Formats: sequence, structure tokens, C-alpha cells
Amino acid sequence: MSDVERRLGDLAPGDRAARDAVDRALERAALDGAADLAYDSMDTKLGPLLMVRGARGLVRVAYAGGEDADRELERLSERLSPRLVRAPAALDDVRRQIDEYLRGRRSTFEVRVDLTLVGPFARRVLDATAAVPYGEVTTYGDLAATVGRPRAARAVGNALGSNPVPIVIPCHRILRAGGGLGGYTGGTGIKRALLGVEGLSIAEEAPS
Amino acid sequence: MARLHAAEMLRLAVAVCGPDDGEDALQDALVSALRAYPDLDPGADVRRWLLRIVHNRAVDQRRARSRRPAPIADVADRPARDPAPPPDRELWARVAALPPKQRAAVTLRFVADLSHREIGELMDVSESAARRSAHDGLAALRGSATP
Repeated sequence: MSDVERRLGDLAPGDRAARDAVDRALERAALDGAADLAYDSMDTKLGPLLMVRGARGLVRVAYAGGEDADRELERLSERLSPRLVRAPAALDDVRRQIDEYLRGRRSTFEVRVDLTLVGPFARRVLDATAAVPYGEVTTYGDLAATVGRPRAARAVGNALGSNPVPIVIPCHRILRAGGGLGGYTGGTGIKRALLGVEGLSIAEEAPS
Repeated sequence: MARLHAAEMLRLAVAVCGPDDGEDALQDALVSALRAYPDLDPGADVRRWLLRIVHNRAVDQRRARSRRPAPIADVADRPARDPAPPPDRELWARVAALPPKQRAAVTLRFVADLSHREIGELMDVSESAARRSAHDGLAALRGSATP
């Protein structure tokens, strides 16, 4: 290889610089509205969180990092839009609010939520869930009554299990009748931890 | 998908526009690509499609830049806070002085590291014409080398 060829090759930017440039360009493209969905992840004391926002609001918060997050992003790009771009700046407010909440310095979220991923019944259940105040809890049965389906406690449990934006919509505040912890998408350890953030401690469930 | 081809895309943009405008061209290209992506045929060759978009935007950028007066002097005065190694201005200037076809072929071949066939596709010429232009351009650069 001649000297001129080598020097020409050296004019090319390196792989690292290129990846950084593409990330910067994609982020700006997303902020300019060329992407439909922006995502970012954050590390928390509960583990990694993935956050995804569209033009109409926050569509997803997932307890997922690494390959789990990649799979979730793949799923969302198929269901909602392939124009899904990592854009940390588009999620600054969400990241800050979740961080403040987990430190016990925030009791409500000021983030528009878009429940496009769930059906109409789950939406009603999740809207009612969003109205349960910080530091308080209710039961699956009471929530079922609130949405006008008093005998549908199990369906309410399923709807809560499909909550696409845990933490922001506080499905962790819904317990079993009698005070049992009940289930949680991220695992009951996380449910207990979130209630702990809000100053509540729930006794271990008696084996049934 | 874009990150997979990041290095090739930026190399191509820089090859066409030079060290200062490559990233801007890349930005425009990615916006176009994102807008068009949903309409892309699922069986399409994504890499080829992306490189075509980047090339078109980079050529636009280069034309727009060439209509503006004397950018090189300004840019060279830029303070050296950029952590990237300084571009080889002397060689870029010699590349810029080549006839357009040779300049395009030489940079696509040796800066963007594309094959002669790919260069021919982007430049709308045959593979052998692309090879000849790259060869002639390289020879011209060797001839103009300062000892």
C-alpha cells in the first residue's frame, strides 16, 4: 500500500467516532420529530429501567436492561413504530422524576402517559389506579368496584399486570384483600421496595 | 439498523464532504432515512439503501458548501479543543484539487473504503470506469506529493 493510500485511509473517521456521531445525529433527529419513539435507560436501586416516549406521552417503563431491553425495544418497534431512536435528552424529565421518586423526594409524576399499548378495560383500571394517592393502598376488589365491575377483581389483577408504565402509574399500591402483597410485574421484591419508598411496610403473606 | 452501519456511513459522508461537513450530512441523511424507513421494502438491502441516502445528502451538502465563499481558511482557524486528531489538511486540499470524477472515486475508494462496484453504483458509472477514476486520482495525488 502506498503512502498516499495510507494517508487517504487515515482521513476516515474511526469506528468509535462514527458511532458517537450517529448517536448524536439520531438523537437530534428524534428531537426534531423525525422519529416516532424515543428511548433511554437508567440504572436505579431497583435495577435497570427502560423508558420509551412517543409524541403523545410516555408509552413504556420496563424493568429491563441489556438483552431484555433489546427484546422489549424490538417488540415495541414491531407494535408501534420502527422509528425508535435512543434519545436521552427526550427523557430527561422522566429520568429526573423517577430518580426523585425513588429517593422519596417526589410523590406525584408530572408526565403525560400514553396507554396505547393496552385495551380499553385496562385503561380504565389504570386510570383509576393513577388516582390512588401516594403512600396509600387499595385492593383489587375495591378497584374493580371503582371501575364498575365489582366482581372482576381477577380481571383487574390482569389489567394491572399489563401496566405498561409501572412506577408512574402506581400499580404497586394495589394489594390483596386482607393486606396480602399480591403480584407485581417486576417481582414482589420490587413491589415491596416501592411501597417502602412511600413509607409502607407490608407483612409477609401467610402461605395459602 | 443505523448504528450497525455507523462507521461506513460517517466514512462515506466525510469522504464526500470533507472533515468538517461530514457529520452535518450524516445528520440530514439519517433524518431522511428515518422518514423513509417505514416504506422500505422488507427484503431491501438496508446497507446499500443507507449508503445511497448518505451519498445523496453528502453530495447536496458539498454543492451547498461550494456555493458559499472560502470556508477552509475559517475552519482551519478553529481552536484545537476538538479531541479528534487534526485532519490532514494538506492532503484534503490536494484531493479537492483533483478533477471531480477522480476526487469522488478516490475518496469513495480509499476514505469510505467502498468497492469499485459500489462506487460505480453511487456515481452512476460502470465498475471499470470507477476503478479507472480511482486509479487516475491516486496517480495524480502521488504525482502532486510534496517530497
